[in-house]
Amino acid sequence: MSAPAHVPTASGEQPASPAPAARPGRHRFLPYLLLLPGAAWLFLFFVVPLVQLAAASLYDPAGSLSTGYALTWSFDNYPAALQAYWPQFGRSFWYAGIALVLALLMGYPLAYAIAQKAGRWKHLLLVCVIAPMFTSFLLRTLAWKTILSDNGWLVGLLRDVHLLGPDGRLLATPVAVVLGLTYNFLPFLVLPLYASLERLDRRLLEASSDLYASPLKTFRRVTLPLSMPGLTAGTLLFFIPATGDYLNAELLGTPNEYMIGNVIDSAFLVRLDYPQGAALSFLLMSAILAVVFGYLRNAGTRDVL
Amino acid sequence: MRISRWLAEHWVLGVALLVLGYLFLPIAVVAALSFNRPSSRLSYDFNEFTLDNWRNPCATSEMCEAVLRSVQIGFLATVVATVLGTVMAFALARHRFRGRSGLNVLIFLPMATPELVMGTSLLALFVSGGVPLGFWTIVIAHVMFCVSFVVVTVKARLTGMDGRLEEAAMDLYAGEWQTFRRITLPLVLPGIVAAALLAFSLSFDDFIVTNFNSGTTVTFPMYVWGAAQRGIPPQVNVIGTAMFGVALLLVLATSLAHRARAGGQRRPAP
Amino acid sequence: MDPQTSAGDLRLAHLTKTFGALTAVEELDLTVPQGSFFALLGASGCGKTTTLRMVAGLEEPTRGRVLLGDRDITRLRPYKRPVNTVFQSYALFPHLDVFENVAFGLRRRGIRSVDGQVRRMLSLVQLDGYERHHPAQLSGGQQQRVALARALVNHPQVLLLDEPLGALDVKLRRRMQLELKRIQTEVGITFVHVTHDQEEAMTMADTVAVMNAGRIEQLGAPAEIYEFPATAFVATFLGQSNLIAGDVSGGNGGDLLVTAYGTRFSVPSARSRADQGPVLLGVRPEKLRLAAAAGQVPAGHQHVEGSITDAFYVGVSTQYLLRTGWGTELSVFVANSGAQERFAVGERVVAHWDPRHAFLLGRQVDEDDRTAPMRHEPVGASW
Ligand SMILES: Nc1ncnc2c1ncn2[C@@H]1O[C@H](COP(=O)(O)OP(=O)(O)OP(=O)(O)O)[C@@H](O)[C@H]1O
Ligand SMILES: [Mg+2]
Repeated sequence: MSAPAHVPTASGEQPASPAPAARPGRHRFLPYLLLLPGAAWLFLFFVVPLVQLAAASLYDPAGSLSTGYALTWSFDNYPAALQAYWPQFGRSFWYAGIALVLALLMGYPLAYAIAQKAGRWKHLLLVCVIAPMFTSFLLRTLAWKTILSDNGWLVGLLRDVHLLGPDGRLLATPVAVVLGLTYNFLPFLVLPLYASLERLDRRLLEASSDLYASPLKTFRRVTLPLSMPGLTAGTLLFFIPATGDYLNAELLGTPNEYMIGNVIDSAFLVRLDYPQGAALSFLLMSAILAVVFGYLRNAGTRDVL
Repeated sequence: MRISRWLAEHWVLGVALLVLGYLFLPIAVVAALSFNRPSSRLSYDFNEFTLDNWRNPCATSEMCEAVLRSVQIGFLATVVATVLGTVMAFALARHRFRGRSGLNVLIFLPMATPELVMGTSLLALFVSGGVPLGFWTIVIAHVMFCVSFVVVTVKARLTGMDGRLEEAAMDLYAGEWQTFRRITLPLVLPGIVAAALLAFSLSFDDFIVTNFNSGTTVTFPMYVWGAAQRGIPPQVNVIGTAMFGVALLLVLATSLAHRARAGGQRRPAP
Repeated sequence: MDPQTSAGDLRLAHLTKTFGALTAVEELDLTVPQGSFFALLGASGCGKTTTLRMVAGLEEPTRGRVLLGDRDITRLRPYKRPVNTVFQSYALFPHLDVFENVAFGLRRRGIRSVDGQVRRMLSLVQLDGYERHHPAQLSGGQQQRVALARALVNHPQVLLLDEPLGALDVKLRRRMQLELKRIQTEVGITFVHVTHDQEEAMTMADTVAVMNAGRIEQLGAPAEIYEFPATAFVATFLGQSNLIAGDVSGGNGGDLLVTAYGTRFSVPSARSRADQGPVLLGVRPEKLRLAAAAGQVPAGHQHVEGSITDAFYVGVSTQYLLRTGWGTELSVFVANSGAQERFAVGERVVAHWDPRHAFLLGRQVDEDDRTAPMRHEPVGASW
């Protein structure tokens, strides 16, 4: 597991020079001292709960909050949960995947334009990408609800040009949910990508076209491989929260668009079925980790697009 | 001829502007609604222009309390996470020790874990430990998911820094503390500030983890969530727009100041 | 000599630095007298920077000691040493302007009024008016001068310079060399100067040390090293040498007799580093002369016959490659003073030299002739 070391760097920088030589003996315990508080925090409030959640996922499903749960190692909770909710599970990855493709199609040109074409407007444009994040996530999603609503101008326009049937709608459809996912996590994709593309040396592109590469070839053979670290980080920072999200489905969709997040949310907060919620949480997390590590393994060697 | 060539070189910019438009569309709606006098509680349509919402943003005291609480939580979580994360970043970037790679995994995992899973597992911990949910459990949770982002951001800045600068300082009679204060800290500060801003925005806007660990405490996102079911008071949009405006101004001001400082010295003296 | 002088000598004793399996510096023993200008020469990666870093206290020696006068400073922290460094990569503080960079050391030592000193130093390196510039706004050469000023302003006991003039154009470099030399003699600071520029080392230094693979191969006054190198490495690294493989076959009064390829040569024993067994007979290309026939060789000169295989006209001199009867090549520099005739490729000539200009080095049994490759520049012209 050496991959995490370079994964999602918000600013995307790579190590440049070695740290100055540590004096042997002088600071032997210092690093441990420095790490202790943060590591302890993560251990106590991240690792321990996860372990506990793992245990909870093996509780006897017959128990309840009021009667208490017994740890009966009921591994059956997993197949049971999966059987009951596999459509939502599949939908999570399906929606997040489509949203990722859309986000790449929009985010790559955006990051590229800011990094390489914007010149003196670079900083302003970058701020424009970040600024929407400061308006609450929920408010923006509610705003989409307004924009996509049946009597809104967008639906009217689409009906007029017959892209939508006379009573076609956007809100409460998978389109709205995917659009919301794409929208909400787009900056997480753009920022690391921008950091990578910004360091891309202009002369490399010139050298490539000097060596008879068409713009498309230059992009495939030079730009894309060199932006790979940012692309990897951005893809992960987009895909992970998008898969686990349930607010977009809740606000922009209907129960027909519910993702696994909605199920987990209701298992914990509505149905109070802790074993099932825990089992689903673990299934989600392991599925995401499997995708992430599978992706990381291939990211360096294989073209993504 | 000339037009097609120009297009070939600049179509990316066009696409970028369209995407930016997409990013700003909902903000525009939020901003517009902040000047709206809604016809009914559940209506999101633009009805009538008014400045009332801006004149009186705290029409519902409940909302303003929630905003204040979110700011408090954000502030506390940011301070704690920035301190813990920065210190860890220093250890990771500057020292070789046993267990480094294990620690890197520990720091990476929270970023690869869906918020939902973090929220639920923490909830289970607090419930089984008999910890009353509320303000402090929210702070604890926020620190937990902010720390990793702080570590990664600060570490990137630290490893990008030339270690020889510190050696040069020591060579010029600066002791360890002086070297840290005069060289290391100023050079890493932008990274720390960026990390703190990131932590604050993550905390201020968090709904999912908070929703699981808040008990009856209401933060701003939770207030919005609750209000969305009952009808949102237009003042919520005022807060959203104001946050956006403040962030925009802040960032613009710093970058302008930066440019002014650099621009004043660009031309060499004769 | 002067007791006060020796009190400030920089001494390295058995200084060794290993990085894992790699020995970067090996058993270094040397004394740099106070106030002298000491140049360290050597191929890239031979351990020069590592040596300087150990003197500065930035690298802890694996073994050995660093002494300043009688004081053992091996374990002293860098900021406690009266030693300053001009770093190979400048290492200017990017967040401080030129003035603050230069004032940094003074301020750290608690000196209040730094203004005058800093400005004097800046005008010394011809950067007046650049006080408020940031390093990123300076050219490479300007940055280098700031680095120089930043170290010099502290008047350290020892100044370590790691290729401080590498990025400067020739004219500015000459001026800075003069300035450095002037400052050094004026202030009496000990300079330890690492450079790749042999000419710079020769003209500026009182003592030159040639380093190879972590060891010092030879140390001495520039002329001494050049005229009588101690090893084949020094003979070929510093300028060029024709090294002919042979064996000592006997003595003749003050001379040693060497047999190479069936021909006998003599070398004064005072110019010999080995007096028996396999040896290398060395002659610098500019010490060789060409004659059309053996009859024209002056009395007492040694000679070798051959034919010219290549001739390069390089302005101040003509460089010839001469294939000897036994098949190896010698290089010969002939000054274009007009006193000598020019030879054409293919001509048969006789190369001859005064034996007092030759030197004799020990040789590994399996080692062959070593003739330095011809260089297409006026080498040695200014020495
Ligand atoms: N921190 C280090 N870790 C491992 N090896 C090192 C380190 N520093 C230097 N070395 C190695 O030690 C040897 C000597 O390095 P040094 O920097 O002293 O060379 P140098 O003589 O200054 O070369 P140059 O002329 O190119 O500057 C090199 O082989 C180098 O790779
Ligand atoms: Mg070096």
